[in-house]
Amino acid sequence: MRITLWGTRGSLPSAGPETVRYGGNTSCVEVRGRSHALLVLDAGTGIRRLGGTVDPGVTRIHILLTHLHMDHIQGLGFFAPLYRDGVEVHVYGPRSTTQDLRTRLTRYLSPPLFPVRLRDLPSRPHLHDVPLSRFEVDEFTITCELVAHPGPTVGYRITDGGGTLAYLPDHEPALGVPRFPLDAAWTSGYELAQRADLLIHDTQYTMPEYVEHVGWGHSAIDHAIAFARLARVRRLVMFHHDPGHSDAMLDRLLAEAGNAGPFPFELVSGIEGMQFEI
Amino acid sequence: MLQKQVEIILMRQLASYLTLPVFVVDPEGNLLYYNASAEPLLGRQFDEAGEMPIREWSTIFAPVDERGAPLPPDALPLAIALQKRRPAYRRIRITGLDGVPRELEVVAFPLEGQGRRFLGAVAIFYSVNAR
Repeated sequence: MRITLWGTRGSLPSAGPETVRYGGNTSCVEVRGRSHALLVLDAGTGIRRLGGTVDPGVTRIHILLTHLHMDHIQGLGFFAPLYRDGVEVHVYGPRSTTQDLRTRLTRYLSPPLFPVRLRDLPSRPHLHDVPLSRFEVDEFTITCELVAHPGPTVGYRITDGGGTLAYLPDHEPALGVPRFPLDAAWTSGYELAQRADLLIHDTQYTMPEYVEHVGWGHSAIDHAIAFARLARVRRLVMFHHDPGHSDAMLDRLLAEAGNAGPFPFELVSGIEGMQFEI
Repeated sequence: MLQKQVEIILMRQLASYLTLPVFVVDPEGNLLYYNASAEPLLGRQFDEAGEMPIREWSTIFAPVDERGAPLPPDALPLAIALQKRRPAYRRIRITGLDGVPRELEVVAFPLEGQGRRFLGAVAIFYSVNAR
């Protein structure tokens, strides 16, 4: 499968000269299968540019939302294929303990927050409460589990029979763990990530920043590295960059993280437009 | 090795910060975790003992009621939380593996996650002797 990063920023879109290289769009990742099936992971502001590249001949799209924080859904109403009649769009995301996905998502996709109602979109998207289990979508096998992050939040493990992608953009597995990590059985997200060819994981904070944000649902870079080591992944993509981290700072953080190596995996910092083949 | 559900993982993290003894069990009653405050009851540190099958830990205490009558396993709050999937409370007397007799107030509640996934139960102990 081919994976393209369309938005790598966390929390808030961060346009500006200081973020132009890593990009300021929030979470969105495109996954293309060998038969060109299209998965979209999260609908942050990066999904707008992705939408402009989707061929009019594409008739089915699956959007997998990890959770409904604004930085992961804000771009949904700007995804051009949703306005095409005849495109079959399936949106998956977690329900809460009291509300289904449609009810939750409608709070955003309706006035006064957004002028177009979900039900008025020409594509009439199909909404699915994502099952907390394994399921099939086109040529992909997807495993979905709840992970440590405030509110109902899932991570995804996606395989196409060949490679495996693990996507945990908002994840705080170190929450409450004095010496992270504990053993694998007690580590949030472990089964999603284990032995993945590519792990896209939350690295929002430096360790000093994490100490000031414990419980906010995000990882320090050191935690993501420890998690990747525990899960024995082949490549770790640093993702969900803090909106206050400039290109220069992200370069420095990657270099500093690399200095703590060598690691049994490749360490990459996610940049908008970056592509991976697995 | 199966990774624990995130609700169980977060329950352990919370329990590890509490001063009241806490047990976390799976749907079969196997003891998944007990915090440091519960270690005197079981006579072992969790880091040494790890998880315990129900047949192992449930025989340790020989619980009795306030009048000293033996309590059948099904009468214990944790068993009620597991079997009837509702919270339960009872005052019991036990002698832990440290040899100290204790009168305990026990509150247990089931853990039910999203999609009505039954994950197990939690018991919290309060020592009446400590009042």
